[in-house]
Amino acid sequence: MTTTQTGPLDPSTSTSGTPLLSVQDLTVEFSTAAGVARALDGVSFEVSAGETLAILGESGCGKSTTAQAIMALLPKPAGAITSGKILYGGRDLAAEPVSKVREVCGTEIAMIFQDPLSSLNPVFRVGAQVAEPFRRRRGMGRRDAWARALDLLKRVGIPDAETRINDYPHQFSGGQRQRIMIAMALALDPKLLIADEPTTALDVTVQKQVMNLLADLQAETGMAMVLISHDLGVVAEVAKRAAIMYAGRIVETGPIRDMYDHPAHPYTSGLLESIPSQSSVGGRLKPIVGSPPNLLDLPSGCAFNPRCPFATDRCRDLAPTLRTPEGWSEGHQAACHLSEEMLAHV
Amino acid sequence: MTAAAPVLAVNATMRRARRARRGVKIRIIGPLVVIGLIIVGAIAIPIAYDFDPMHADLLARLTPPGSVMSDGSTALLGTDQIGSNLFAQIMAGARVSLLVGVATLAISGLVGVALGLLAGHFGGWIDATLMRIADIQLAFPSILLAILIASVLGQGVGNIIIVLSISNWVVFARVARSQVLSLKNREYVEAARTLGAGNWHLMIRTLLPGCMAPVIVVATTQFAQVILTEASLSFLGVGVPLGTPSLGSTIFNGTQYLSTAWWISTFPGVVLVILMLAFGILGDALRDKFDPTLRSA
Amino acid sequence: MSSAGTTPLLRVKHLKVAYPVRSSLLQRKIGENVAVDDVTFDIHPGETVGLVGESGSGKSTVARAVIGLVKSDSGEIEFEGKDITRFSPRQLKPVRREMQMVFQDPYASLNPRLTVRDLIAEAWRVHSDVVPRDRWTAEVKELMARVGLNPDYSDRYPHQFSGGQRQRIGIARALALRPKLIICDEPVSALDVSVQAQVLNLLDDLQDDLGLAYLFISHDLSVVEHLCDRVLVLHHGVVAEEGSAREVFDHPRDDYTRALLAAVPVARPWMKSSS
Repeated sequence: MTTTQTGPLDPSTSTSGTPLLSVQDLTVEFSTAAGVARALDGVSFEVSAGETLAILGESGCGKSTTAQAIMALLPKPAGAITSGKILYGGRDLAAEPVSKVREVCGTEIAMIFQDPLSSLNPVFRVGAQVAEPFRRRRGMGRRDAWARALDLLKRVGIPDAETRINDYPHQFSGGQRQRIMIAMALALDPKLLIADEPTTALDVTVQKQVMNLLADLQAETGMAMVLISHDLGVVAEVAKRAAIMYAGRIVETGPIRDMYDHPAHPYTSGLLESIPSQSSVGGRLKPIVGSPPNLLDLPSGCAFNPRCPFATDRCRDLAPTLRTPEGWSEGHQAACHLSEEMLAHV
Repeated sequence: MTAAAPVLAVNATMRRARRARRGVKIRIIGPLVVIGLIIVGAIAIPIAYDFDPMHADLLARLTPPGSVMSDGSTALLGTDQIGSNLFAQIMAGARVSLLVGVATLAISGLVGVALGLLAGHFGGWIDATLMRIADIQLAFPSILLAILIASVLGQGVGNIIIVLSISNWVVFARVARSQVLSLKNREYVEAARTLGAGNWHLMIRTLLPGCMAPVIVVATTQFAQVILTEASLSFLGVGVPLGTPSLGSTIFNGTQYLSTAWWISTFPGVVLVILMLAFGILGDALRDKFDPTLRSA
Repeated sequence: MSSAGTTPLLRVKHLKVAYPVRSSLLQRKIGENVAVDDVTFDIHPGETVGLVGESGSGKSTVARAVIGLVKSDSGEIEFEGKDITRFSPRQLKPVRREMQMVFQDPYASLNPRLTVRDLIAEAWRVHSDVVPRDRWTAEVKELMARVGLNPDYSDRYPHQFSGGQRQRIGIARALALRPKLIICDEPVSALDVSVQAQVLNLLDDLQDDLGLAYLFISHDLSVVEHLCDRVLVLHHGVVAEEGSAREVFDHPRDDYTRALLAAVPVARPWMKSSS
């Protein structure tokens, strides 16, 4: 697992076995008028330097909450981390005050969001916004910072960057705005980039361009990436490993090819089967019955059991923990009592 | 739940969130209770004391609060310069204030919301004309406008209501219009249009319900304004006619006795402040309560 | 299932919709922004025609022009042989009985202050000769059952339902007037993946049961491929390609169509045979 160390630690030199970011048993709760909602329940995962992890799931599963918890962006006072650790560079970010966490975020851990229109400040020029991290965190002068900003804009593929650096966000297209956000995120050479649904609001052709850009930048800088998405296909080419979340828990995780080819959890296989594809043309689709659960009123036992075609009494009594089912490769885990019986593959 | 059901550790932040929610409830119930008490008092007290604004009992004039009267009763708040019981007079004045407030809000609210709906829904020259009229009217200080109209129409409770309604419809029109503008391109309005709904149906059944929340909030804050304006007008002598008690006129009557019989001006002033505070806090709390719904609607 | 020999239900001919660009001070028209240019297609009874494109392609504008929410600049729209292009809202009212719409956003397309019953019955309030008032509650419950909702919930408000359920309410509302054509404007784009399939199956079943025709607007090519008989690909307001679904998806002729198909994310790209 991770080694706890005092003093500054350079995570980029971690050799195999020491992950860059290690989330252990993280639990986040929200206080609402109707009660306490557990948005994350014992979530654990690791990201090593240079690798890409995809966190997948539908609305309400907790994937965005995970990113918010890491970056100390949980809405206050309603949301709070109630237990667990977020280990980065030898520090537990969950235990530190927000001000300390904010030092790490923006420098070593960067984040890009879903809707670039609302994430960019509409009244400041694009150049000023990309130059801001250099001025605030590195103390650079205006000229130097803008020069670096120009370099970044060129790197992310904004055409005519010399003239466009003076434009305002609304003068760019959606795809270009997302590239600007990526430029801002990369300004201080982060070791880890968290991308929360970066392509959801974009057209399909632009989606592909942005994902390719992220893959290229990762190859160039060697940074790690966490890609959060509800679209299983969009991350398939860029991510090596994935974790699928449901009702605040990770229900399956492992190498992405393994997971899609041989899913070990009924939710994953249900999702894969419900997507329209070549084979379903003209016939009926195979949906998952029911809808994602209400976090205030979770079913007993396994949270997926009301929608699961294989559910037994054991599933209703006892919530399964992540384990590697027999017959699946190591590193591929699922939280299901019945993986071997129902989803075994040849 | 997980196998070992953990004890939910309630965080300090959770407690703060709960307290914030409870705060809104108190700010709604509290003022409502106070206003309710004043309404009950305004109706009951003058009757209990057999209050007659014209009756002068000069032997009992200017007695301080708490003094015992000739017939053995206690004047809780003292008596004024013609010997009337101040408590009863204040409550009778509150009656007028509340009546004027409710009537003004009803009239200006109906007219204002109707005009705002029309302006917002139809746009074009209807909108431009109505809004220019509103702008012109807002440019006049409301007290001056009220004095002007009052001096033309003369004194009388009915006239005051007319005067204040004319000053106040603009606020309602603006709120309704801006709400309509923000709602009219929502998909559910398009959906109603797709069904074939005509203008009447769209305005009354689709857009109006969406306007009610901000209109109610504005109505409570406007109530405080109306009461204050009525009191100011009465204080200046262009409000209620002689003989009708009003918080404003009672305050005015007591200005000459401020050093000797301070209670005549002070107590009506206190009641006026309480009424305004109550409506103001209520309006704020209602806005806070409706805000989340407004955002999602 | 297109019935090629019968008269088309809907004919759109050379439709053009442009938004004027006005000078800021005097509001004089100094140019125009063409959203839809020379779009032509037919829909036969019982057929599903798909309009595919990215943002700015004009597909939503075509839908809104057909249903009368947006005025067209030139071209013709014929429904059941009648030219409805220049109809006033009053003349359009009877046509609305035959042509309805399902909207994209399940959260914004339902009036949050009306109960499900009122939402669905609103159609009969506007068209008073379709269902007598004393039958409203019963008919609402029947419609709810048909779209897969629990009829006991007819007195609940939209915010008490999930996204997929709200979309079903929207479909029930569109069915209330027993239309022949339903325009579906991105009906599943805002829904979770596991719920999309449910709603698509529902639309499929309704078409089989009621003989509905659909104009299906979407940016999601896999959904369109699954559901549609004929497909039009729109690019910057112009029809880039048109044909049966099989023709367009298997043998695209236009470069834009090819680029679009290549960009569609596939769950298991390593399984794709070389395209």
